[in-house]
Formats: sequence, C-alpha cells, structure tokens
Amino acid sequence: MNDFIQMLINPNIPFIRMAFIAGVIGSIPFGFIGSFVVVKKMSSIAGAISHSSLGGIGLALYLQEVAGIMFLTPTTGAMLFAVISALIISLVMIKGTERVDTVIGTVWAVGMSIGILFMMKTPGYVDPMSYLFGNILLIGKSQMVTIAVFSCFILLLGILFYPQLQAVSFDSSFAETRGINTSLFNTVMLMLIGVTVVLMVTFVGIVMVIAFLTIPPAIASLFSKRLSVMIALSILFSIILSVVGLYFSYIFDLPTGSVTIVLAGGVYIILRIGRIIQKNLKKV
Amino acid sequence: MELIKVEDLSFAYDKEVIIRNAYFSINQRDVITIVGPNGGGKTTLIRLIMGQLKPQKGTVELKNNGGRLFGYVPQYSTMDPSYPITVFEVILSGRIKNIGFYNKADKVAAVKVLKAVGLEEQKMMSFSDLSGGQRQRALIARALVSQPEVLILDEPTANIDAESEKQLNELLKKLAENHTIIIVTHDLAFVNEMSTRVLCVNRNVKEHPLETLDDGVIHSLYSSQVKVVRHEQDLLHGAEK
Repeated sequence: MNDFIQMLINPNIPFIRMAFIAGVIGSIPFGFIGSFVVVKKMSSIAGAISHSSLGGIGLALYLQEVAGIMFLTPTTGAMLFAVISALIISLVMIKGTERVDTVIGTVWAVGMSIGILFMMKTPGYVDPMSYLFGNILLIGKSQMVTIAVFSCFILLLGILFYPQLQAVSFDSSFAETRGINTSLFNTVMLMLIGVTVVLMVTFVGIVMVIAFLTIPPAIASLFSKRLSVMIALSILFSIILSVVGLYFSYIFDLPTGSVTIVLAGGVYIILRIGRIIQKNLKKV
Repeated sequence: MELIKVEDLSFAYDKEVIIRNAYFSINQRDVITIVGPNGGGKTTLIRLIMGQLKPQKGTVELKNNGGRLFGYVPQYSTMDPSYPITVFEVILSGRIKNIGFYNKADKVAAVKVLKAVGLEEQKMMSFSDLSGGQRQRALIARALVSQPEVLILDEPTANIDAESEKQLNELLKKLAENHTIIIVTHDLAFVNEMSTRVLCVNRNVKEHPLETLDDGVIHSLYSSQVKVVRHEQDLLHGAEK
C-alpha cells in the first residue's frame, strides 16, 4: 500500500497520479448519468451509443491517414457517431414508428462494424482492442482538463434540472400532462449519455464506459430509496472502485480497465446475492 | 356550469378510426364513468380531452377559470416498482415546472394532500414499499396537489384488493364534493353509487341513463367485459374478485 501511495505522490511518475485523478473526476459523470441509465433501464442504449462510437473512431483514423484530414481526431469522430446514434434512437423513441430494441441493436452492430472496417483499411496497424478496453494510464494533462470541465458541466446541469429529470424519468406521461417538454428532456439525457461515452471512451475504452455507467449505480440502487441518494452513492462507489482497481492493477501488474471491471462486477454480484439471502431470511 | 364541450370529435391513427363524431359535455361536479371494451378508444378520448392529442375533426372546448383544469391519475401498475423515489417526492412531482426547483408553497401543498389521502405516515417511505391501494392514493394526491378542477382516473381499481377499493371509494366520494371526476373503468360497481353519468365508448361515444344500464345492454351494445353490479351487490362483487 505504501508503495502505491509513494507512486501517487512521486513527481517523476505522473501517469498513476493522472489515472487516479481521472478516476475520481470521471466518477461524477459516470455516477450521475449512470444513475439515470439504470433507473430508466437504458443500459442497452448506452451500449449501442458507446459501441457505435467505434465507427467514428475508425473513420477518423482512416481519414487522418489516407486523406490527411487531421482536424477529425478519433474523439471528434466518436462524438459525431455517438451524437448521430443518440439522435436516431431518440427520434425512434419519440415517433414510436419502429421497434426501439431493433434500432438499438442495429445502431450497435452497424456502428461497430463500420469502425472495424475503417481500421482494417487504415494504413499501418490499428488495434481495435485498445479502443474497446482503453488505457487510463495514458491520460494526459489536457485530457484531464477536458474531463474536469465536462464533469462540472454535468454536475451543474444535474443540480439545475434535477426535479425535471426525476419527474420525466419516473413518469414521462404524467410529466407531459403537466406541460413538461418530455421529448426535450429525454433527448438531452440521451445526448448526455452520448457525450459522457465519447469523452470517456477514448481514455478508458468502450467496455469500461458501459461497466461504469451501470455497475456503480446498480450497487448504489441496493442502498438507496431516493434518486438523489443513489446518484451520490454511485459517484462514491465509482471513485472507490476506480481507485481500488488502480491499486490492484499496480500490485498484480494487470491491465487497469479489466481489473477494475472484474472488481466492480464481483462486488455487485456478492452484494446482490447477499440481498437475496437477506430477503429470504426475513421471510423465514 | 359547463366545463368541457365536445362537438363532432373524430380521431384516427393512420386510417383506423378510434373516435367517431362524438358529442357530449361535462358539467362542474359531474362524476362521469367512461366504460367500453379494451381498444374501444377510452384512453384516446381522455387524451383528446386533455389536449395531448389533436383531433382530426371537431372540437374540445375547455371552459376553465384560469386555474389548472386537469389532474390525471394513471394506473399505479404502469409505474416502475424499482424506481428509487419517496411518496413525498412522487406527490411533489405533481407541481413540476419546466424550469426551477420546488418551493415552499409546493411543499406545503404536498403535505396538505398527503393528509387528505391519509398517507402522512408513509411520507418518507419508498413508493415501491406501498401497497397497491396506497400507491393509487399517492397518485391521486399527486394529481390533486396542482389543485385541478377535473380529476381523471384511469382504471383506479385495477390490481387493488377489496379493502383498498372500499377506501378508494370513500376518498373519491369526499373528493366529488368539490371536484369534477372522470373515471375510466371496467368496473361499474365501484362507481355505481357516486356516478352521475355514464359514457360508453366503442368508437362511438354514447351516454346512457344510469337506471337503464345493465349487463345485457352493455353486452349487446359493446360485446364488452364490463360488468354492471349495483351497490347492494358489493359483497358479491368483492367475492368475485
């Protein structure tokens, strides 16, 4: 443990410290947006948006190499695809003309496949796995600032519109009868999922984004009867899991993302089983 | 005093006609029961009245005095039982605005309706921990908190036990003293005592005098599962459930 703390404060080894800070700051959008993803049962939507962003990453890498379009960075490409995916899903949900689950599956698979196709045709070697699992240890200072600014933005938005977001996510039809623009709030929520995914995906990878949008809020939901408490606990659990995951990856010399996800999943399964046993004991 | 006037109202989804040339009016303090088979257009009619759908033909004229006209109470079973929200938060959401937080007046109004529906002790309980009848009462409180003229209830007795149904009946009788009430239901027995008018909806909207309405009439007109049970048969009705 002392070694780990020494590493964190050692000025010559910034990457562990950066990963630590990124984990703590990134927990705000993960905890906040993730809570809505879980209560609105939108994990598959988050999965579709995050996987479709691979299409934008592949397209950007290809155009940078082949056409020299340097302003189209992987983050910009991912943003483009995530926003388009969020809009497509949002439109289908509002119009109700197609089956939402079919569109979610299509966006997920097509977006991801476009990414793989472009990566395969990009000159030089591009490893799709690096975008699926990312590497939090490679976060730089400017990326850290981006995450911090975005986290503040999410926090501000969440506080300002908390009653509306809660009312719409609990009972959208009733909120509509009260004159609330539910389509707008639902679209904003999907766009926020999209932006959270994009900002974090290039740093920690698609799989960790989905894991952190769902597992810490799912753990928090076991201990909370109010959405505000669930959000606060989600942020707290995200911080704890990312820091402990970083520690385990350091002492066992394992990939940080995968260790953190397995740890988070393990904690959730144990707590869930504990809750089931507790309920059954009460019945007896 | 006339509150709602519906004239020549028609509505269709694509080419499927749901409501055809409806004419009726709703007066202050009416207790109207809307009956009809599933898919007959009851919910569409309610949504047209509340302005959530635009009619293809005809008009819905609302004559309110500037205050809030409608308070809508959906079936509690349409809510996600795992959503983390307290009873008080559910009721407060009846005062939601597009921008801004709940103020002191909102909270005072929420406490008042909480008492009116008899849920003071459950104020900070999780909505999901309430019984079916209590959830239904919490949703009525949510509708009441915005002080509407007209209370619209969608299948209020669905999935609640006989005792809760009795309590709900008492509550609605009390509310009928100073509200206009519209109840969409399959269960005429529930509203038989307080209902002043019955609208039967199956594409067409027809009003039937209460005294001539019985199982035979309903069945022959609408082939529906609606059952007319007079109030004195409540016990039997409870046993059937």
